Amino acid sequence: MSALVEMKHLKKYFNTPRGLLHAVDDVNLSIEGGTTLGVVGESGCGKSTLGRVALRLLTATEGQVLFDGQDVMQMKRREFAQFQRSAQIIFQDPYTSLNPRMTVSEIIAEPLIANRIYPNSRERERAIFRMMDTVGLAARLVNTYPHELDGGRRQRIGIARALVLNPRFVVCDEPVSALDVSIQAQILNLLMDLQREQGLTYMFITHDLSVVKHISDEIAVMYLGCCVERGPAAEIFRNPLHPYTQALLHAIPVPNLSRRGVRRQVIQGEVSSPIEPKPGCRFAARCPHATPACTGEDIPLRDCGGGHFAACRLTGAQDRAQDAKI
Amino acid sequence: MDEKQILEIENLSVEYRTDEMLVRAVNGVNLRLKRGETLGLVGETGAGKTTLALTLMRLLPRGIGFVTGGSVKFDGANLLSLREGDMLAYRGKLLSMIFQDPMTSLNPVIPVGKQVAEVLELHNEAHRTKEQIEERVDEMFRLVGIPPERKGEFPHQFSGGMKQRVVIAIALACEPRLLIADEPTTALDVTIQAQVLAMMTELKEKLDTSMIMITHDLGIVAETCDQVAVMYAGEIVENGSVEAIFEGERHHPYTEGLFGSIPRLDIETERLRPIAGAIADPSDLPSGCRFHPRCPHCTQRCKAEAPAEHVVNGHMIRCHLYEGGAKA
Repeated sequence: MSALVEMKHLKKYFNTPRGLLHAVDDVNLSIEGGTTLGVVGESGCGKSTLGRVALRLLTATEGQVLFDGQDVMQMKRREFAQFQRSAQIIFQDPYTSLNPRMTVSEIIAEPLIANRIYPNSRERERAIFRMMDTVGLAARLVNTYPHELDGGRRQRIGIARALVLNPRFVVCDEPVSALDVSIQAQILNLLMDLQREQGLTYMFITHDLSVVKHISDEIAVMYLGCCVERGPAAEIFRNPLHPYTQALLHAIPVPNLSRRGVRRQVIQGEVSSPIEPKPGCRFAARCPHATPACTGEDIPLRDCGGGHFAACRLTGAQDRAQDAKI
Repeated sequence: MDEKQILEIENLSVEYRTDEMLVRAVNGVNLRLKRGETLGLVGETGAGKTTLALTLMRLLPRGIGFVTGGSVKFDGANLLSLREGDMLAYRGKLLSMIFQDPMTSLNPVIPVGKQVAEVLELHNEAHRTKEQIEERVDEMFRLVGIPPERKGEFPHQFSGGMKQRVVIAIALACEPRLLIADEPTTALDVTIQAQVLAMMTELKEKLDTSMIMITHDLGIVAETCDQVAVMYAGEIVENGSVEAIFEGERHHPYTEGLFGSIPRLDIETERLRPIAGAIADPSDLPSGCRFHPRCPHCTQRCKAEAPAEHVVNGHMIRCHLYEGGAKA
């Protein structure tokens, strides 16, 4: 199978009064058709910007996004309209991403109207009901407004709106972060069922490592605009290579009692500023293994075998990775 | 009253009354907390966790929130019958609270050092001088890991994790006997959350404070709490030691649902087992067992009759299935 979406040397910089903000800094990723790429990182690491650039909701400063081999950034109007129909997004907050003055049916109909699909209103209505059924919204809710519904139902509307055009690629930007755990599980199951039924390709952006492990085939870990590690999901969790990935995995509280009383190693410090970062490993300032050689020049992703890549100068020194896991 | 119990809540009920509706937020809650222990209060949005905390602090919105029954004994005194003037001596001094969102719980126009000093000035029984208070502020800043030089800065100059440290410094400045932490790390990134939790656990041990940790994250409960109370629709549906909750066999169906809903890092799960339906609306609670519309074991009896608390070896489960001690 070939990659449906490919990002090559993708960069997105923002001009700010204090200098150039490197939101996405030379990211290379690819997503196979029908699979899920989980993009994980903490706030400010550029994961949402990456998702928006992938859909050309933001234009890239440099680099390419290839969709089915075509460069999305170079697309002319008609091609781009075609692309927009096959690439959609589900937003994080079901409270602010829905227009409060539109009913459920109007929200779901809007992409159809904008793209002039089903000009016949009866056909359109049927499509809306079909979509509501697919995402598990009761037909009686068709004329309700978002404020009348709870978070889980609202997120189902967001999903219906994204999927009503039968897209091939969907960017899910923290779709379950605002939901309670019992509702979160319903939505995750729904997204996975829809993927299986319709062969969807997901780019799943989240800060929650347990969620990303559950849903992803491949995972990319981001830190300050850079992808520091990527590989098959199981491999990343079994054998994290980058010290940041290891620190992230260490930091998550686990719901069993085995870790009680064990003082865990907590990485110190906070994420540094993404404005005009110095070349070198972005994580060096917090890294327990950092040496002077880690700064000075950017560290590229290195192939560690089995599709597992890590951007750390020390990868390969396996004993150190073992060390850090204790 | 048992010497070791610092907090005893008996049959507590709280309502919110507005013109349009009556919201029964807390319904007949019984809880006990021993000195030096941490109680985890777990539940989803609208379960009544925060209302319970606000009731203990006597901070329910005036004219809307009412305690309709029950008692709260804290260190021998009934908190609910104290006059507001007497309550001032408790709040911030003997019991204090960390709020969920550090971005909004600090005053944006007052330097952070002054906000820590404020609580010390209010509870200045030791007649500390200005200099002594400043010294104590510096000490608190060092304790929570902020350089004291930064005490003249304003909240917007701090990151989220640092702001939460300031809030914790305020809460702990008077060395309270009971600390209520309402989702203290929900707004923080995981690596920062790990730092804050490690610091809180350390300070709690150092100051011998009892704590109520309100959270929806079962991982945090497993790592920090001694006792766990699971709350649903204003009721405690299960209450027991952290071992009973995480390693025991017997659980309330809602607790089982919560555990089935979370993706696990430590266990492979093919498919999540979520709880069907939506969270009960506290303004329109179902009859009988509050959980029956979502429960996979629901019977006719569950729809009509509210279950009682069934206790075995200190492990309470509020479910008909456990009547007489055994799962039917």
